[in-house]
Amino acid sequence: MNKTRLIIWREFTTRVRKPSFLIMTILGPLLIAGGILAMAWIGSQESTKHQVLVIDTEGVIGRRLEDTDKVSFFIDGNQWPDPVFKASPYTIRINLLPDVLNDPKADLYYKTVPSEFVMSHIRNQLDKTIELARLKKEQIDPEAFERIRKPVDIDSFDIEKVGTQSYAQERAMIGFFFGYFMFIFIFMYGVQVMRGVMEEKQNRVVEVLISSVKPFQLMMGKIIGIALVGFTQFILWIVITGTLTVVGMSVLGADRYDPSELAQQGMTTEVRDQLIKQQMPAADSGFDQEKVADIIKQVNIPLVLVTFLFYFICGYLLYSSLLAAIGSAVDSETDTQQFMFPVTLPMIIAIIVAQIAVMNPASPAVIWCSFIPFTSPIVMMVRVAMGSAPLWQLLLSMGLLVITFIGTTWLAGRIYRTGILMYGKKISWKELGKWLFYKG
Amino acid sequence: MVRASGASTTKSAATFAHELPLMLQVEGVSKRFGDFTALDGITMDVPPGQVFGLLGPNGAGKTTLIRIITRITGPDEGRVLLDGKPMRDADVARMGYLPEERGLYKKMKVGEQALYLARLKGLTKADATKRLKAWFERWGIDGWWNKKVEELSKGMAQKVQFITTVLHEPKLIILDEPFSGFDPINADLIRTEIIRLRNEGVTVMLSTHSMPSVEELCDNIGLIDKARLMLHGNVKEIRKQYATNTYRIEYDGNRVALGNALSFTGELVGAEDRDDHHMARVRIAKGSTVNDVLRQLLPTVAIHGVQEEVPRMHDIFIRAVSEHQPENLVVGMTE
Repeated sequence: MNKTRLIIWREFTTRVRKPSFLIMTILGPLLIAGGILAMAWIGSQESTKHQVLVIDTEGVIGRRLEDTDKVSFFIDGNQWPDPVFKASPYTIRINLLPDVLNDPKADLYYKTVPSEFVMSHIRNQLDKTIELARLKKEQIDPEAFERIRKPVDIDSFDIEKVGTQSYAQERAMIGFFFGYFMFIFIFMYGVQVMRGVMEEKQNRVVEVLISSVKPFQLMMGKIIGIALVGFTQFILWIVITGTLTVVGMSVLGADRYDPSELAQQGMTTEVRDQLIKQQMPAADSGFDQEKVADIIKQVNIPLVLVTFLFYFICGYLLYSSLLAAIGSAVDSETDTQQFMFPVTLPMIIAIIVAQIAVMNPASPAVIWCSFIPFTSPIVMMVRVAMGSAPLWQLLLSMGLLVITFIGTTWLAGRIYRTGILMYGKKISWKELGKWLFYKG
Repeated sequence: MVRASGASTTKSAATFAHELPLMLQVEGVSKRFGDFTALDGITMDVPPGQVFGLLGPNGAGKTTLIRIITRITGPDEGRVLLDGKPMRDADVARMGYLPEERGLYKKMKVGEQALYLARLKGLTKADATKRLKAWFERWGIDGWWNKKVEELSKGMAQKVQFITTVLHEPKLIILDEPFSGFDPINADLIRTEIIRLRNEGVTVMLSTHSMPSVEELCDNIGLIDKARLMLHGNVKEIRKQYATNTYRIEYDGNRVALGNALSFTGELVGAEDRDDHHMARVRIAKGSTVNDVLRQLLPTVAIHGVQEEVPRMHDIFIRAVSEHQPENLVVGMTE
């Protein structure tokens, strides 16, 4: 067996056999799914039922405010002094301020902080009530107003693809998701490469090894071996998450909140909307399956997957080689700090710029960062998913990345072969620079 | 530098007829790290089938030279020849190297680890397993195969490392401080193995600070100090060269009378008197021999014994390093 392959094989098998790998592989999807569910659940939970006292001295509230199982409204025309409110069973007091019809303002006093869900219900109810009162005052027919009030619904189209909606924003989110995943992976496994190199140096096994293999073979073997561990974990995660989702769906019943079913149960549209909102805090009100299917159809899936794989691999090679060089230069984990920062900084910038790209894909910062090799993997992912990157830009960005990772791997190799044999020396940037010019 | 070839015949004839022991030559090797000169024009020969001691104080450049020989790093100038041919990358498979900074992966099992290192040297899995089992059995450590390295003591781990160094039956073995970390029993075990390997026709280069080991094991030495070769040659010859022509004479009689009796043949440089035991250290004058001295002394004192004082490697080391005269002595080497 070829020596590099032997090294890759060792890196892979020793890591995959570790109990921590098994635990992470099984717990990862559970934690992710569990985390999302827990957040959704916690967000929808309200421990106390709020008794809301609305002080309406001007008598503007003309209709009943709708109660939910967590919020009950009571209306009073008299002011309640604070001590009286404190002694009362009411948990929230809302004072409609004077001249509320012309200047719609209210103060809210609480005993326990209401959740955002409760707040939004209160806001919603007051909005509607005040709006109704104002319409009455202006002698406008509420039904006519409802007809007039319809907002403009803008659907956007790419001129090159007339006939299909573009959903650029939503597609950018998909790109961002891929980019974010890449960021996590590169960082997680890049740091493992660094730790692995440090381990070999601390164990003093490294000199034994490089009497048999070239330092560069050893470094690349480690980088590739750990990448394979990552891919294995990634694939297992997909398989496990997929299985869990399918199983979970069939157990829970996927269409528990199917609107048509709820309607049959005699619920009003408003309550139904509320319910859907409550169950899916992340999705906006415009969520519907048809649109999702449309968006997915819009994304050039093969292109996105190919670019994802390409940027993923090249980005990982770029960063992990730099992290390997850091690992070789230092004696202990604490010494890594000063070198880690400049390496992690571009990654953090990349994530920030990728967020900007979702909102404003044509921003110069986004265009530039999609070329700069240290940020391009994540930023270009967003642009490709959006379809806002011309082919030449994509190819240029890829080309630059390949040239850079070859360069950094070469540089890292030079630092590495000197660093692994250097003990007990406090390493500075200047020192690292010198190592580049040592003859092999 | 004159590289004299000694007259004595090969002490250890190759027992492996199919491959003769390797000869290692270092020619004008220099190495610099930035402004620091680690090695400055080192030229030395390691004769085949012998044990060669690479000596020098800490930081002299020994490890750098070893790393150049093992091709871990390259020289700035000069070259290394193996059997008269410039060394190539493929030659590392014919070498076994035990570095001074040595260790093993803590979390791996002993057997697995040894197999991995052996396969990196180019052995097949089956071959490596077979040889490892034989070694483990010979050293009575079969029980370690499935132990994790972190469960081993330092000495135990060193044994495993020694085995992995020689497992692929290299013809040139380079041991950097092989005795450090071993207790006397295990150090003896390693010493025995080194002699056995040499007798089987392996060329051994070892770097050590243990001067008694040098006297015991090494046929030739090279002493490096401050990047330069200070002393190079056969151990016996070097010791003779450093001899001051001083003899220890055990006698019965009067010390003053002995001193007077020496007259011009020698000089009394030291004496020890303990109960009925008298010893005098006599440096023999130029032009005289020990026989001349004895002839002078015999009428005066009763002589029980005469022995030449051969300087220990320990003293030679200190003298060579403190004199700072590079290449002041090159003594004939046995080949």
